Amino acid sequence: MLTAIAVFFPLLGAALAGLLGRPAGDRASQVVSILCMVIASAAGIAAAVLLGIGATEPGTIEITNWISAGTFRVSWALRNDTLSAVMVAMVSTVSMLIHVYSVGYMAHEDRPCWRFFSYISLFSFAMLMLVTADNILQLFFGWEGVGLMSYLLIGYWYYKPAANAAAIKAFVVNRVADLFFTVGIALLFFQFGTLSFSDIFAAVPSHAAHHYELFGASLPVLEVIGVLLFIGAMGKSAQLFLHTWLPDAMEGPTPISALIHAATMVTAGVFLVARMSPLMEYAPIALSVVAVIGGSTSFFAATIACAQDDIKKVIAYSTCSQLGYMFAAAGVGAFDISIFHLITHAFFKSLLFLGAGSVIHAMSGEQDMRRMGGLWNKIPITYSVMWVGFLALAGIPFFSGFYSKDAILDAALGTPGGVAFYAYITGVAAAFLTAFYSWRVLFMTFHGTSRAEPHVQEHVHESPAVMTVPLILLAVGSAIVGYSLDGTFIGLHWQSFWGASIVTLPGSNPFTHMESIHGVVKWIPTLVGLAGLATALLFYILVPWIPGWLATRFRPIHVFLVKKWYFDEIYDAIFVRGALALARLLWKVGDVAVIDGVPNGIATLTTDSSGEVVKLQTGSVAQYAFAMVLGVVILVAVFLLFR
Amino acid sequence: MNWQIALPEIVLALSGMAILLFGVLYRRDASVPCNMLTLGAFLVAAFLVLSTPDGSGYGDLFVVDAFSRFVKILILAGAALALMLSFDYNRHEGIARFEFPVLILFAVVGMMTMVSAANLMTLYLGLELQLISLYVVTAFNRTAIRSSEAALKYFVLGALASGLLLYGISLVYGFAGSTSFAALASALNAPGGASPGLVVGIVFVIAGLVFEVSAVPFHMWTPDVYEGAPTPVTVFIGTAPKVAGMALLLRTLSTPFGHLSLDWRLLIELVSLGSMILGALAAIGQTNFKRLMAYSAIGHMGYTLIGLAAGTEAGLRGALIYLVVYVFMNVGIFAGIIAMRRHGRVFEQISDLAGLARTDPALALAFAVFLFSMAGIPPLAGFFGKLYVFLAAVQAGMWTLAIIGVLTSVVGAYYYIRIVKVMFMDAPAPAIDQRPAMVSFVAAATGLFTVFFVLFSAPIVAAAQAAAQVLFG
Repeated sequence: MLTAIAVFFPLLGAALAGLLGRPAGDRASQVVSILCMVIASAAGIAAAVLLGIGATEPGTIEITNWISAGTFRVSWALRNDTLSAVMVAMVSTVSMLIHVYSVGYMAHEDRPCWRFFSYISLFSFAMLMLVTADNILQLFFGWEGVGLMSYLLIGYWYYKPAANAAAIKAFVVNRVADLFFTVGIALLFFQFGTLSFSDIFAAVPSHAAHHYELFGASLPVLEVIGVLLFIGAMGKSAQLFLHTWLPDAMEGPTPISALIHAATMVTAGVFLVARMSPLMEYAPIALSVVAVIGGSTSFFAATIACAQDDIKKVIAYSTCSQLGYMFAAAGVGAFDISIFHLITHAFFKSLLFLGAGSVIHAMSGEQDMRRMGGLWNKIPITYSVMWVGFLALAGIPFFSGFYSKDAILDAALGTPGGVAFYAYITGVAAAFLTAFYSWRVLFMTFHGTSRAEPHVQEHVHESPAVMTVPLILLAVGSAIVGYSLDGTFIGLHWQSFWGASIVTLPGSNPFTHMESIHGVVKWIPTLVGLAGLATALLFYILVPWIPGWLATRFRPIHVFLVKKWYFDEIYDAIFVRGALALARLLWKVGDVAVIDGVPNGIATLTTDSSGEVVKLQTGSVAQYAFAMVLGVVILVAVFLLFR
Repeated sequence: MNWQIALPEIVLALSGMAILLFGVLYRRDASVPCNMLTLGAFLVAAFLVLSTPDGSGYGDLFVVDAFSRFVKILILAGAALALMLSFDYNRHEGIARFEFPVLILFAVVGMMTMVSAANLMTLYLGLELQLISLYVVTAFNRTAIRSSEAALKYFVLGALASGLLLYGISLVYGFAGSTSFAALASALNAPGGASPGLVVGIVFVIAGLVFEVSAVPFHMWTPDVYEGAPTPVTVFIGTAPKVAGMALLLRTLSTPFGHLSLDWRLLIELVSLGSMILGALAAIGQTNFKRLMAYSAIGHMGYTLIGLAAGTEAGLRGALIYLVVYVFMNVGIFAGIIAMRRHGRVFEQISDLAGLARTDPALALAFAVFLFSMAGIPPLAGFFGKLYVFLAAVQAGMWTLAIIGVLTSVVGAYYYIRIVKVMFMDAPAPAIDQRPAMVSFVAAATGLFTVFFVLFSAPIVAAAQAAAQVLFG
């Protein structure tokens, strides 16, 4: 019941804010949507706590039948297990804080912003639907719902061409991934005859030996499905090769970046992999793919983050990188740690985005860090919470990121095999880079002398309380969530917490191995993080000429990083131009020449023959009479010949 | 002898002579009372048609059945509507003479005789009575050269067609030994089939009848006569004689020559195909509305002949329904053409209708209804006419006819709807004159029929079904 309240109150809020926004005004829609979110988050937290302490049993809330066609049956149902409950609590709480923050952030908009509040409430509903889905089609409904709302919110400033382009890019890239996802869903149905999670999971072991024969290759069914579902997750979670939309998505308002593109929607892929853990456990190759892609993304995105100058882009690539960590954890079988990092990351990353939003707000819309600096004493609250956020992100001890990131690296190191070791190496490298770019941002933004225009400098001001209070709450969360949930989410007793919602095969749980890691190895991630901090201090405070010298000395590498490994350019050359060329071919040849040409040709032929036929009508009676006689002759001939 | 079966024709012929007498003796302008008397005679005749029982008489020259009744009512309705449209037109053109309604009336007597013919001689008698009356009314505006030219062409070609028909009849008589439909039917049913001479005779008879309905290749007179004749005469030629000619064709081919249907079906199919294609193609090039309607009529006759070519009861039913729909659409559209008059002068070019929707929206709407109906757009009457014949063709397996019919309908839609475009989208031409009340009435009545046919078609379909059953009896 609490779950249903948490899921449907945001829908109510979205409907009220959207329908009443025009007549009732912005303030009313803000109040009503925030009120609904407060109720939803209270219900969400309560449901998670009750489930966590064992006061309620995991179960399913059946709402109604959705599709019933032959043997294909899908219902609307809310799944209430630990995984869902944790996600519901996190999503509704973060969403509620961001609703509040948005009141301040959107206050300077010229246009009415009730549409914004309706959208983010509807987004929250879709996201909650996704995490509480009882079957994979309902999950897909939420999946597409968050995709749609993401599209609408990236393009919220619809009068900006860049925002529209970014929205379309996000949508199209996700379509590519969703194609694989839907094929995966279809295969699930063909294989299992059902889309309900509990039925599928119960039947997984009996399908472990099934194979598809394709072009002479023999592919295990579960591996195929696992990889297809993971490709869908890669699109949503902006993993390597399908990540290009996420940095562009920063064109949307900053609260959107915090909510959708840091804390919730982009983690849907991780959630999907965790949700499918009973199936993924039987697909070791698919899991290896997950780990390799995750590890690669964590490193690759971190390198780019070091060279970007737009404060939101840095944090966006950081998100990409952190999502890579989560997949790396899932890939080595540590789904619990993956979700743990998802939760801690939700707090500190939305904190960082909102903090960046506060900075941008103070700088009159400026996002380029090269034109910032020296802000630390002008916006002290923002400055302090950003510190907390970066400490958590960099995995400095006792902040939340420390617990989850360390656990991921330990799990990777503790799991035997080359893939896990690869994930460990990339993860450690990324940890160094993470700390480096974190303090690069801090130093460039808050320290040194101000490089902004004078009139911008005059307007620098701390954000109003409606923005700083959510920041402080998130900062508190970023500081304590890791410590307080560490022993519950992960560790020896993880299974008693997660119950049946996360399944690992006996012996494959990496936790058994990671307890054996001791000594210096245990502290490597932390040391690496501190080294990154020190490097940033050296580069941007102590010897500020080093970055410039490095950029010129290693110019190709620098350009390579600034250009984001040229992914956009390569995709543009292969896919975008290819698609345009194909479209132009279809247009010029297929449409203009054939589809238009054939009817136009027939029409011309018709009018031309009309001209010829009209000429027969000469007006001469003799010719008319001749035509009649000729007609009789022809008819007689036909009759005699063919009868 | 049951002479009463010809009562409608007898009454109509007698009243025709009486009206003629009245017109001669009446001192003042007799055209208005004669018009009214003729309409009255049509009404009485229609009543008598409905009350005459089935039967045959006059030595099996004459027959009355559900088929003849159906067609006669349609002829009377078409003739009455055409006559109503002539009142104001004739007065404007200075040709409002009392002979006009009388000639129309005698043409109708001829048609009704044709429809009831049970013998090739009766058929010829009625046909000639009709044609001679039509030649005269075509030349009714005798001071206008176009009218006289049209009448002359009509007469010469009509005479040729009559000659063909008579020659065919004589061949049939020579080879089969009878001109009676019943005797022919039993003679042709004999084993061994028909001799080549008989077959040639039948082809000549078909040629003479196809001339009546202006189907390819005996259509050449149509555009010139349509354009040259006074418009009310064009309306008349375009409705009642077409119905009568088509009915004659249906009856002759189904009853006496019915046993040879496998042979003549191919001919009718060719005629139908040729008419549909020529009607569709040639109409595109026309700028004169009346000429365009001539080609349109050729095309519509092609569609009607599909029903005959199908050679089934459903086909005949479809052809009869098509005729009903066609008569009302045609009269309606000509009512609009008769209203095309600016500063007292008639105009007939399509481009003169530009922007009619703004100067006379009601007339433009009526035009649009008729044109869309002619194009066969649902739910207007024209759609159902086409539906029934195409359905019959498909059921009979005549895919060629059905497919060509649909394709030529598409072409037809182009030239019909182009006129709608001229009326609704082009820059307005100067306004047209005030419409005569009778024209508005006819346009409104036929327009309502065209629009609401979809709702009240059941009795018409049932009557057509009964009529078709007679021929397949």
